[in-house]
Amino acid sequence: MNLEKVLFAFFSILALTLNYGFFVGELDNPDHHNAYELFAALVVSLIATIMKFGDRAHIGALLLATSLVADLQLITAALIWGFVLYIAEMPLSANAMASIVSLSGGALLANLISVILLVVETVTFRR
Amino acid sequence: MLRRMRLPLILLIAVYAVAVVGLTLIPGQDDQGQPWRMDFFHAIYFVSFLGSTIGFGEIPYPFTDAQRMWTTFVIYSAVVAWLYAIGSILTLIQDQGFRRVLAYTSFARKVRRIHESFYIICGYGDASSLLVRELVERGIHCVVIEKDQDKILGLAVEDLPDHVPGLCEDATVSEHLVAAGLTHPMCRGIIALTGDDHANLTIAISCKLLAPEVQVICQSDTKDFAENMASFGTDHVVDAFEIFASRFAMMFHSPSMYLVYEWMTTVMHSPLADFTRPPTGTWLLCGYGRFGKAVRKYITPEGVETRIVEADPDLTDAPAGTITGRGTEAHTLEAARIHEVQGLIAGTDNDANNLSIIVTARQLNPKLFTAARQNLQNKSDIYKAAPIDMIMQPGTIIAKHILGIILAPLLDDFLRLTHDQNEEWANVLVSRVAGVVEDVAPDVWDVEITPLAAPAIFDCLIRDEPVTLKQLCTDPNDLSQQLSCVPLLIKRDKEYLLLPEMHELLRGCDSILFCGLGKAHREIMHLMHDHQTVRYIRTGVDMPSGIFWQWVTRNKSELRSVD
Repeated sequence: MNLEKVLFAFFSILALTLNYGFFVGELDNPDHHNAYELFAALVVSLIATIMKFGDRAHIGALLLATSLVADLQLITAALIWGFVLYIAEMPLSANAMASIVSLSGGALLANLISVILLVVETVTFRR
Repeated sequence: MLRRMRLPLILLIAVYAVAVVGLTLIPGQDDQGQPWRMDFFHAIYFVSFLGSTIGFGEIPYPFTDAQRMWTTFVIYSAVVAWLYAIGSILTLIQDQGFRRVLAYTSFARKVRRIHESFYIICGYGDASSLLVRELVERGIHCVVIEKDQDKILGLAVEDLPDHVPGLCEDATVSEHLVAAGLTHPMCRGIIALTGDDHANLTIAISCKLLAPEVQVICQSDTKDFAENMASFGTDHVVDAFEIFASRFAMMFHSPSMYLVYEWMTTVMHSPLADFTRPPTGTWLLCGYGRFGKAVRKYITPEGVETRIVEADPDLTDAPAGTITGRGTEAHTLEAARIHEVQGLIAGTDNDANNLSIIVTARQLNPKLFTAARQNLQNKSDIYKAAPIDMIMQPGTIIAKHILGIILAPLLDDFLRLTHDQNEEWANVLVSRVAGVVEDVAPDVWDVEITPLAAPAIFDCLIRDEPVTLKQLCTDPNDLSQQLSCVPLLIKRDKEYLLLPEMHELLRGCDSILFCGLGKAHREIMHLMHDHQTVRYIRTGVDMPSGIFWQWVTRNKSELRSVD
């Protein structure tokens, strides 16, 4: 068993599950979506990205790309949240919540692809 | 590289994340004393400036004791994590291996982006630096591979009119040759001048196997290696000693021919060298290494007797009658009867010894004609100051020879053919060339009458409109004048026309070698591409080129004929 592989898979899957946890619930209902969950999803996603640095295989490049997409979407979601609260100085409306959650939905898709690629790599691994 | 950045970055993110979550969870108070909790935005802001040791203070409200306790923890962990991450990333960027990889990839990228034909030069010594300068000044791109870091730095600070990418790697590794563009479609040739025969051989064979169509020019100092290189199809093997020795012998054989050789193979804009004919008679040859052997081989058939002075006659396999000694001391030279000889060649591989030989010999016999071998280019000043009639610089000889091969491939054929001609023929040639050139060395170039290189001329030939050599050399600004150039050779199929007559009709696929002023070169190059100028030179009538004006002039001439 390779500790690097375990950590790698752990963070990739954790990024997906946390992201899913934030995403589920009514799309525009702020009560169903917790800021801590978004923060955790973002942090884990960033760590997963860094874990994928420096892999020269083609599938490694794909994995890195999916992670970068997820990061981008989650950071945008967090920025919108911050913008609405502190710059526009409005309470979190259903409208804003819907766009935050749908962005995290995009990240979820990217994380899903990432995990599928991970599974594909594991299945084709022959040693 | 990225792999080594993983740990510092992950640590940084983890510490920051814990700190941020902690700050949002710990209860605080706002300015009215109401319970308040820090939100993510402020927490991230606070940890960011804290971690990077900027520290703006407690915002947006003064902290409670619980928050301060947590902040104390955050200060130590976040600052340490930040310094560690930044420190490791900076170390990685400074890393020699990493910088080398960066330099390598940037070099390979520059080479990939070359869109014009270029030459790869392996080794950046005396000969190569001169060659690179000459090529680049003529608008030909070069790429250099050199093992020695200092020499590559020398290339970087050299004031050249074009950027020459340089790679600090061993050129005998084929991977580096490929990175330098060996398999690049625009690579015209590779020139191996590493100063090490074995390395040159390795480069030549790698090139012939990886890119058989690329021209390979190699320097070789020994016969064994030269034959070995030629055996697998190396296009040109250059041996400075052989070239010099054959030229030197030519001075005895035919001084005019020697002048022709000198003029045709000099560097751009250099003044035409003065020429003093060396005396025939007995010559003293100091040093019987590769250089001495080559000189003796070539001058003996010209009836020049040689007497040899050599420090180690057994090792160099010197002939009987050799005087043992370095030749730097008066008694050795006296033992060689310096007063009886006409000329002296200092040909050891040590510059200080060569100079010492010359100076000592001149003191003993002031009428001596002296020739010396200069090993290192940076000794030029001392050699010029010494009383030497003829200096042999291997680097310059090699550079000039290779330049000739690259710029005017026909020149090699021409020089080979002239070798069989007699002195009178050479005199005619010298007077013709002297008639067109000024006091600097002439340009030598060759042109091909092909659809690509000379579309205007080729079109005329296709339409059965004959073009003579004289017309090709006519000055388009004044039809009564000829351009300052001399056609030296026409190559037609496998035949050669040496010093062709001016009324010679051109044919398709002719290659013509010219020698003359740079201005004539440019005019001929222009003429070959310009249909209108060709028509003007052939007919003397300046026809309009546009359809409308052609129509107008045609109508005019029709009207005139009606009248």
